[in-house]
Amino acid sequence: MIEFQQVSKRYDGDHLALKQVNFSLDRGELAFLTGHSGAGKSTLLKLIMLMERPSAGQVVVGGQVLNTLPRRQIPYIRRHIGVVFQNHQLLFDRTVFDNVAMPLEVMGVPARDIGRRVRAALDKVGLLSKEKMNPVQLSGGEQQRVGIARAVVNKPPLLLADEPTGNLDPELSADIMQLFEQFSQVGVTVLIASHDIALINDLGRRTLALDHGRLVAGGQPLAQGGGHGR
Amino acid sequence: MADDSVRSRGANHTRRATRDAAESYLSHHRKVARDSAQRLWRTPLASLMTWMVMGVALALPVGLLLLLGSLQGLSAGWESSARITAYLEQTLTVAQARQLQLEVGARGDTAEVDLIDRDRALAEFRVSSGLNDALDYLDDNPLPHTLLVTPVELNRHASGVERLAAELEALAGVARVQVDLGWLQRLNGMTELLGRATWVLAVLLGAAVVLVIGNTIRLAIESRRDEILVAKLVGGTDAFVRRPFLYTGLWFGLGGGVVAWLLLQLSLWWLNGPVERLAGLYRSDFTLNGLPFDGALALLVGAMMLGWLGAWLAVKRHLDAIEPGVPAGS
Repeated sequence: MIEFQQVSKRYDGDHLALKQVNFSLDRGELAFLTGHSGAGKSTLLKLIMLMERPSAGQVVVGGQVLNTLPRRQIPYIRRHIGVVFQNHQLLFDRTVFDNVAMPLEVMGVPARDIGRRVRAALDKVGLLSKEKMNPVQLSGGEQQRVGIARAVVNKPPLLLADEPTGNLDPELSADIMQLFEQFSQVGVTVLIASHDIALINDLGRRTLALDHGRLVAGGQPLAQGGGHGR
Repeated sequence: MADDSVRSRGANHTRRATRDAAESYLSHHRKVARDSAQRLWRTPLASLMTWMVMGVALALPVGLLLLLGSLQGLSAGWESSARITAYLEQTLTVAQARQLQLEVGARGDTAEVDLIDRDRALAEFRVSSGLNDALDYLDDNPLPHTLLVTPVELNRHASGVERLAAELEALAGVARVQVDLGWLQRLNGMTELLGRATWVLAVLLGAAVVLVIGNTIRLAIESRRDEILVAKLVGGTDAFVRRPFLYTGLWFGLGGGVVAWLLLQLSLWWLNGPVERLAGLYRSDFTLNGLPFDGALALLVGAMMLGWLGAWLAVKRHLDAIEPGVPAGS
């Protein structure tokens, strides 16, 4: 689903954010991405979402080589990638329902299907009763779950999460992680950037560790499992 | 990547999918159009200000164009009464003058030729001048025979009349030809100058309208920055992200066009009374022409296009600059 081949990313000047990163994630695999601040986690996610282009090497997502993809094709790739942010990026000028409906509207899904699919996604994260509320009225954990509902509403084959539990207490974090596990069980590839080591260790999944732009662990799939796609 | 269609039902599925896509595209357009109009209503004062600015900027050149049209109608009316006066040689007899009248009357480019022989001319002069007694002292009649030539309708414009006058002057027996077109040419020259000035003004004010809308849309883009970022993140195309702002530009244009039309109607109503009184003093039936239905329609459509263009420029310039970046982590 995701493949990095000798990927380097150099920002202006000499700062190397990623150095020759190699790894691949299978369909339905759930993996963590760890590293201290500035290790290159965000850069790696940005490369997958086409917010940045690699300076060297190849990024392949869903069989599509992203390096040479024309700019106007970017939206169509992004429609296959669900993203969950630490600060959830919800819009407070509209209801929970309208927030979750955005990816479907962008894709031009007929109005009669939007209602059904948004409610299915909200049901999945346990917020069906709050569809008419404004996200401001929700707790932090609920807001994060709305963000997850929005990320999965169009059933993307790939789900990225950037510090999804950063602002949450451990109990809520565990709930959120459980949701991600459920998605991976139905074949969604999930990559979660996090530095919540305790949480990561609890789950015992494959962990890609970055250190100063180098992939220092997790480049190969775990031998003892975690790869549900195989 | 996700494809759940069964191969045997593929064709049917594709056709339905195409229809669904077209339907949802249209309904999305309707939704965006409605939504952007509602946004303008939600800030009525700010929207009204923009509409007024546009309305004034559009009403000015359109008003001048209307005035110009009225003036051209006026000068055309006067041109149609253009006549050429040909004074004949003193030596010509009445019979020769009649012969010349027939000759000129047979030309293709004259509609009517009147002969005023010298006796009748003197009699008329006697009556109109009041120099009755003085004229009695004259031995001879000093006035020549005169032909009053009216050109055919097709030739009743400055250059046609001038050409005819030159040809008449070249005829044997014609001493002098007089055409009083000078003031008409001056009027034509002035309307032409006014016309060009109006177009210059129209272009400048049109550019101003585009810039005003562009700036207003720029502010709208700034205030909806988060929404744009999220739309781009979840795979919104550039067209999708631009659409609400282009519709906003269209609605600004429509509102501006309506205000311009109202201003024009109001000014016309305000001016028409005095204009008619003034024209009456000159025994003219000159009136200011209002905007006809198709003209009003053209004004609205033109205003909407200017609004759209302004929005497009702003969108092109500022929207592409808003690109999502992961805000947290790293």
